[in-house]
Amino acid sequence: MTIILGLEGTAWNLSAALVSEEKEIYETESTYKPLYGGIHPREAAQHHASELKGVVSRALGGAEKEGVSLRNIDAVAFSQGPGMGPCLRTVATAARALSLSLKIPLIGVNHCIAHIEIGRWRCGTKDPVVLYISGANSQVLAYRTGKYRILGETLDIGIGNALDKFARYLGLSHPGGPKIEELASKGTEYVHMPYVVKGMDLSFSGLSTAAKDAINLHHHKKEDICYSFQETAFSMLTEVTERAMAHLCKDEMLLAGGVGANKRLQQMLKTMCHDREARFYVPENKYLKDNGAMIAYLGLLMLKSGNTTPIDKSVVKPNYRPDEVEVTWREEEQN
Amino acid sequence: MNEERFQCAEAIVELKGGLVHKRRIEKRYRVKAIDKWIRKERTKSEAKLISEARRKGVPTPIIFDINDYEIVMERIEDDLAREVINGAISDKIGEFVGILHKNRIIHGDLTTSNIIMGRDNSIYFIDFGLSFIESSTEARGVDVHVFFQSLGGTHESSEQLRDAFIKGYMRTFPNASQVLKRVKEIEQRGRYVERK
Repeated sequence: MTIILGLEGTAWNLSAALVSEEKEIYETESTYKPLYGGIHPREAAQHHASELKGVVSRALGGAEKEGVSLRNIDAVAFSQGPGMGPCLRTVATAARALSLSLKIPLIGVNHCIAHIEIGRWRCGTKDPVVLYISGANSQVLAYRTGKYRILGETLDIGIGNALDKFARYLGLSHPGGPKIEELASKGTEYVHMPYVVKGMDLSFSGLSTAAKDAINLHHHKKEDICYSFQETAFSMLTEVTERAMAHLCKDEMLLAGGVGANKRLQQMLKTMCHDREARFYVPENKYLKDNGAMIAYLGLLMLKSGNTTPIDKSVVKPNYRPDEVEVTWREEEQN
Repeated sequence: MNEERFQCAEAIVELKGGLVHKRRIEKRYRVKAIDKWIRKERTKSEAKLISEARRKGVPTPIIFDINDYEIVMERIEDDLAREVINGAISDKIGEFVGILHKNRIIHGDLTTSNIIMGRDNSIYFIDFGLSFIESSTEARGVDVHVFFQSLGGTHESSEQLRDAFIKGYMRTFPNASQVLKRVKEIEQRGRYVERK
């Protein structure tokens, strides 16, 4: 049995987990909550720095109760990027220290791909088109010949940031997505919003502005605008996902990333898949949001395929794109 | 008479004799207001720009009829460029995209599934549902970027295909180098924006 300790802290959630081939052994987390506004990278990093010791100790203590001791850990994996620089550096420093003191390999993991791989693992989907949506990221990806290829993505801000921006305007606290979801469920009237799809790429910045204007200048009810915002943005996301599935002739799709927890979005994607006789997969919410288990799990796949990260190559990559990663752990599949 | 019917991402295409009936279908996942608006807008603008592209010298099917959600057009027989693409074809695609851009037409969905090879070996552009008129470097850059992305996502020798495309594009479009520079910028744009 191989056991990996995974550390995640790219943004506001700090999490540590131990994972083996069979299961998640233990996971624990500590979440930074801004007093007002959005995530401040330096404050989030300070939160991570002060919580790291506690989170790692809790993870190790929890694993001990499951019969896993320090000696059993085969490697330490961490989120190398993408993410907020100060947060990434804090977590990377801890991972390097653990790797050196325990004399076990270090594995720098791409955060986006970790989301994909934990989803494939938990859902048992083999070769899906992936819709990966979080605060800063909105991408449609699929695997081909050694890499996850980006078929489409946002040309400006991520869907999560677009939601958060509008939520802040409404005076809702971070994270805004779930609060907008709740308001949207009470909306009844659809107000036209900018729908911007270019091939398989998307744009959300106009949507935030239009939503603000709809309230500020045109005095629409905020419930209706939350509803219209969601319906528009999620229709765009569903459309590009379907486009990618059609283009690649794939009949599986996997939803990944924190915004994926939105029930309305899940329902739309499920309907789209159903209507084209494809299968829709989404992992439990705890694996949609940022979590240490996914980092540990991708670390496990990488370790087993002989892919570790020497200390001098472990510098963080705030703009680390998933298509930069050589996928060493997947067998070639027929297209 | 050979009749065939198949479903694309957003439309049902029926082949009836020498004609193609392309009908944008209802999507149950989105609310009626969005659904109707998108289908109507795209049908209208597609018909308009297919004809416009043709007038400027880019081969597209001839349109015979149009109503709310349906376009009836000439049938091109055919392979998808996706199946047969090589350097020479990619070069020719670049040439035609150059002509489109010179005439302010942005295709909006340039993938190798939306370009077909006729029996006469000429290249036809289809699927103008996301097309629009614009002359900004950004719009043209995104258009080319979308095409390159589709090569990277589905084809083996995407580098050579890309170079061939560029050659053709530069031949017909005077502002090509400016747009290609923008394409590089679009690719480099870190989509992970750190908040200051």
